Amino acid sequence: MTENAADTATGEMTTGETSAAKVTESGDKSGAIADFGIDTTSQSTGEALKDYLSRVRGGELGSLPALLGLLVLLIVFSSLSDTFLTLGNISNLLAQGAGRTIIAMGLVFVLLLGEIDLSAGTASGVAASVMALHLVEGGNLLGGMGNVVFIIFCVLLAIAIALAALLRIWPGVALSGVALLICVLGVPANPWVEMLLALCVGTAIGCITGYLVAKVGIPSFVVTLALFLAWGGVILQFIGDGGTLGLNNEVLFKVANGNLSTVSSWGLFVLAAGGYAAVVLGRHFGRLRRGLVAQPTALVAIKVGAVVLFSAVATYLLTVNRSASTLVQISGVPYVVPIVLALLTAGTLVLDRTRYGRHIYAVGGNAEAARRAGINVAKIRMSVFVIASSVAALGAIVYSSKVGSVDPNAGGGNTLLFAVGAAVIGGTSLFGGKGRVSNAVIGGAVLATIENGLGLLKQPAAVVAIVTGLVLLLAATVDALSRRRAAVAKR
Amino acid sequence: MSEPILELRGINKSFGPVHVLHDVDFAVHPGEVTALVGDNGAGKSTLVKSIAGIHPIDSGQVLFNGEEVHIHGPREAADLGIEVVYQDLALCDNLDIVQNMFLGRERGKLGLLDEADMEQAARKTLASLSVRTVKSVRTQVSSLSGGQRQTVAIAKSVLWDSKVVLLDEPTAALGVAQTRQVLDLVRRLAEQGLGVVLISHNMNDVFEVSDRIACLYLGRMAAELPTKDVTHGQVVELITAGRSGDLGIARPENATV
Ligand SMILES: Nc1ncnc2c1ncn2[C@@H]1O[C@H](COP(=O)(O)OP(=O)(O)OP(=O)(O)O)[C@@H](O)[C@H]1O
Ligand SMILES: [Mg+2]
Repeated sequence: MTENAADTATGEMTTGETSAAKVTESGDKSGAIADFGIDTTSQSTGEALKDYLSRVRGGELGSLPALLGLLVLLIVFSSLSDTFLTLGNISNLLAQGAGRTIIAMGLVFVLLLGEIDLSAGTASGVAASVMALHLVEGGNLLGGMGNVVFIIFCVLLAIAIALAALLRIWPGVALSGVALLICVLGVPANPWVEMLLALCVGTAIGCITGYLVAKVGIPSFVVTLALFLAWGGVILQFIGDGGTLGLNNEVLFKVANGNLSTVSSWGLFVLAAGGYAAVVLGRHFGRLRRGLVAQPTALVAIKVGAVVLFSAVATYLLTVNRSASTLVQISGVPYVVPIVLALLTAGTLVLDRTRYGRHIYAVGGNAEAARRAGINVAKIRMSVFVIASSVAALGAIVYSSKVGSVDPNAGGGNTLLFAVGAAVIGGTSLFGGKGRVSNAVIGGAVLATIENGLGLLKQPAAVVAIVTGLVLLLAATVDALSRRRAAVAKR
Repeated sequence: MSEPILELRGINKSFGPVHVLHDVDFAVHPGEVTALVGDNGAGKSTLVKSIAGIHPIDSGQVLFNGEEVHIHGPREAADLGIEVVYQDLALCDNLDIVQNMFLGRERGKLGLLDEADMEQAARKTLASLSVRTVKSVRTQVSSLSGGQRQTVAIAKSVLWDSKVVLLDEPTAALGVAQTRQVLDLVRRLAEQGLGVVLISHNMNDVFEVSDRIACLYLGRMAAELPTKDVTHGQVVELITAGRSGDLGIARPENATV
């Protein structure tokens, strides 16, 4: 999954970032526009590549280091371990990394503003524990939490609604409202209700975090550090020391452990690869038709072809039986693949194609300039925390499903650091203004591969932690250096 | 003389204990270029930002087209038709030229962006400013030179169907040819009937393009006169001493910040 998604993402990324700067092959008719030297001269594929290389040298690396790193890791692990490249392990790897990768995808929005959300991990844990509690108690949260805790919980949800309404973040109001309704009405347990509840609890948490940062003006590092600790305590309160809440439900179990049927797998392929090709080609020819700057057609065709081919091969391999025993058959694309792909598409669409996404980049690049352009900076700042926590809750559904239960450590430990690491390794800048949702997917794939590969090589947890830390350090160094490089190249 | 399109009456503005603008009266007439001059720290930029709704004013009236308005933010200023080129340019480095020019007013339906439309409009405007050295309108602003950035900021302000354009030292970083372009543009905008305010420290430019000169001295409006009625020397005196002959503030020596 992650690889498939990653590849789609890179293709998409390159279009987004470079197409514009490249050149139309058709040239321009209007005389006035002839003032823009390169906008009008046609450029061959070779020149387009040279242009790309000079951008890379100028410090605009994007996900390139992470992709190269992933390639190296795949080669190293497959040569050292016989089991690494087996189908069973690859699909296992996808499901292992998916939950935290999803959290990272939400964090990208926060990082784009140059902020940080250290509480996303434990916030997701709160969402997971509320979900599990609701399921275990058959919808009676009052009974599960006890009177006092339940009342405090509902008051917090109401506060979240009010805060979101203050800044007119209507989706935040709506989802937090749904959470409150589910709790107060005691809606009976149902896997779909549980997932909705988790999402809505995440949204409510994000409203509170976002308000404290954007309106009260506390640095996000401090707010989210405090909430990181607080939410950890809340999880412990909900579940009880040493307790575990089992997710004994077929649907919830399948989220991270189930697979699409062979037919649906190919359906997904048609939808995803076809959709990708249609969007990229449609945009490309649209630009050519209007005489706008576009990449050479050959290059676009090669890129689309590569993505389609890769997804076809991946789909085929994942539909082959990968069961180790002859008694059961396991085949099909894991559910987490369409989940991550859908989030990736939605996130990329929002950031690249909507006014809201443009404003996020603007606030991350120069908040004062954004304010002078009439953008409501506080609202944008609050909204990214709402997105991060909501998406983190979705990640919580996936990782809880993977283990089949929720314990007091849910979302704790290195969950958050993995997520931040994934985004940064994939090329999202900690300084704000630069990053894409696909970065999180690519970075998540790198970290999941390291964890999985070192595990297969029977390396102790100590080694895994040290290597993961060093890789993150390396990625942050690349980020800082490429910034310096871009600053030098500028003058 | 025509009615002013924008008029300020008795504007006061303080930053904490620092009283920057003292009872400033100021008028912008359609079809005219008003030069706003004054020493460093006189309060020119503060005045512009107060008009643009970036700094709320403490007291005073703002009239637009003869009617009193209360501008609470940049958005409302833009909606009235007031465009500003800020001294610090206020561009987002991580966005490209087109994205910067349309920032906050992106075109498109249902929140989705119409990139092609914006790109074409941006290129037309830039071409009319004869920007020859920028390779592509999709170049990131971070990779532009100081003068190119300034040109982008100016292009951003003329892209819209505006009624008043305030330019805070728009030629500070420009070369000879680009300065020429901008001065011509300033005249052209006035000829199209816009009210233009030009802040500049260059007296030659001021005398060349302006119809009226307004001089700020330590946050007070020292004089507001037709350009043809004053000489170079008088304006310089007004700027540095707040008084020249019988022009200017009565007792500039009593003026304090
Ligand atoms: N945000 C602010 N906070 C506090 N003081 C400010 C602020 N902005 C401006 N000032 C003060 O207001 C005074 C006027 O500044 P302003 O920038 O308006 O001057 P100016 O006339 O534009 O000067 P220059 O020609 O150097 O651009 C200065 O003394 C400055 O220190
Ligand atoms: Mg100034």
